[in-house]
Amino acid sequence: MTETATRPAERVPPPETVKAVPVRHPGRWVAAAVIALLVAMFVHMLVTNKAFQWRFMFDNMFRPPVIEGVRTALLVTILAMIIGVTLGIVIAVMRLSPNPILSGAAWVYTWFFRAVPRIVLLVLFGNLGILYARYEVGLPFDHQIGNLFGIDFSARIFGLDARTVVTGFVAGLLGLALSEAAYMAEIVRAGIQSVDPGQQEAAQACGMGRGVTLRRIVLPQAMRVIIPPTGNETIAMLKDSALLAFVPVTNELFFQLQAIGARTFRVFPMLVAACLWYLAMTSVLMIGQYFLERYFSRGFGTGGRQAGARMRVGSVGHGH
Amino acid sequence: MGTDPSGFAATDQPMVKAENVHKRFGRLEVLKGVDLEVKPREVTVMLGPSGSGKSTFLRCINHLEKINGGRLWVDGELVGYRQQGDKLHELKENEVARKRAEIGMVFQRFNLFPHMTALGNVIEAPMRVKGTRKADAIERARELLGQVGLADKADVYPAQLSGGQQQRVAIARALAMDPKLMLFDEPTSALDPELVGDVLDAMRKLAENGMTMIVVTHEMGFAREVGSHLVFMDQGTVVEEGRPSEVFANPRHERTRAFLSRIL
Repeated sequence: MTETATRPAERVPPPETVKAVPVRHPGRWVAAAVIALLVAMFVHMLVTNKAFQWRFMFDNMFRPPVIEGVRTALLVTILAMIIGVTLGIVIAVMRLSPNPILSGAAWVYTWFFRAVPRIVLLVLFGNLGILYARYEVGLPFDHQIGNLFGIDFSARIFGLDARTVVTGFVAGLLGLALSEAAYMAEIVRAGIQSVDPGQQEAAQACGMGRGVTLRRIVLPQAMRVIIPPTGNETIAMLKDSALLAFVPVTNELFFQLQAIGARTFRVFPMLVAACLWYLAMTSVLMIGQYFLERYFSRGFGTGGRQAGARMRVGSVGHGH
Repeated sequence: MGTDPSGFAATDQPMVKAENVHKRFGRLEVLKGVDLEVKPREVTVMLGPSGSGKSTFLRCINHLEKINGGRLWVDGELVGYRQQGDKLHELKENEVARKRAEIGMVFQRFNLFPHMTALGNVIEAPMRVKGTRKADAIERARELLGQVGLADKADVYPAQLSGGQQQRVAIARALAMDPKLMLFDEPTSALDPELVGDVLDAMRKLAENGMTMIVVTHEMGFAREVGSHLVFMDQGTVVEEGRPSEVFANPRHERTRAFLSRIL
């Protein structure tokens, strides 16, 4: 003990900085050269090929109907995601419910809406007007029961004309939202199941009921797992909003750009414009996703507010 | 040290009473007829090899596990059921929750809510379950965090606390509901040795203040000094019970003797 204490620190020289030849990475240089060449070829094509007609594209991609289309795309994305996430949470909770009727119904819902392609679903919803000219809500089989007893029995609560309710926009929105709910339900379910069962036990031991436990303890923690795939879903939804063109919804972005292309016989520049618009909007969404992930990862990892949402916990031992 | 059992009036209603409690997980029988009484203000320490059913019994007391046979009462009321005539009716979920609110539980792995600060953990249940006003809940929480020596950690998230600190927050969280009974399920087993002392001190203080406690533990020192009643379980039954000093000094049962000789 005393020996180590009497040995002063200054007698030990400070450790020498390691000097070594770093590992060379010739592969990186080769890759860089190849990629640079390919990029140069691509730029060459963009600049020299007259079919791009950049002037024409920039002149047309900001026209009022196109801007209106951008607004529609964003609006549909936001609304469809709000409905989809809300309904998805409800379906996920139903799916995990001990009640077999509820969990069965949730399973059937998910099965149906994941099985049917979105474009088929949207065209189907767009043609719902063929089924009924009027939508009414009331007791089922009321006329049939009335006929059985020979009376005129009608138990309709309210009704609306199909054309006022199911506009192209509403049909498209509904199709996207309902199908999104099925995917979100699976994502939320995975999130809920990723939360340590000890959390639920601790909450129950404190006297919290199922509802409070879910809302205050389980879901906020599940969010950390739910948010990243939800961000992907939102971006996918923005792109799928182009499917509205087939419902059809006329003030939709892709529809408008294609219309300009068809009218002027200059199709290709307008397709490039569509790429650029979706690219720009998606980039904005990705920034939003980054901040959301950072918010919901609070309390995980020693840094507290680090943006490490995708990093698994556990590996974070001592941080700094 | 230990409370003199003769100090209790004969009419004292036991805080916990178990009669022939059975619990099965599938075909595995974990509790094979547990009989036990815990008097108010008593610190009952449960010892026994792992797999002897101590933790399961503890979880039956606040109905985290349903018992398959026998009867279990907390403060004179059946756990999980209501008796009408000679029929048992299962309690509804909110009724079970209301009873759980009166029993505090501390887990081996803390189970703090990681998305809430230490203070948030402590005020959550009083606010959501009892409807305590936020300002009142915060005031009480700060007092409790002070009691367990963590007044300065109120705004820190669990991940930034040591295991011992987390467990003390968990104790404060359980106390915030003003429980009449506290259950400790191996509270120090997941801790580094040098952190065990602080948690045991917090529990000792609680015992001195007259809290009724059931503690499943392997801390023999704590059992001897703080425990007023010792229960030794093995293979799903209570093998031996009595005052800790007596059981430690001369265990009557062979299995108790074997267990103590291995652990002490």
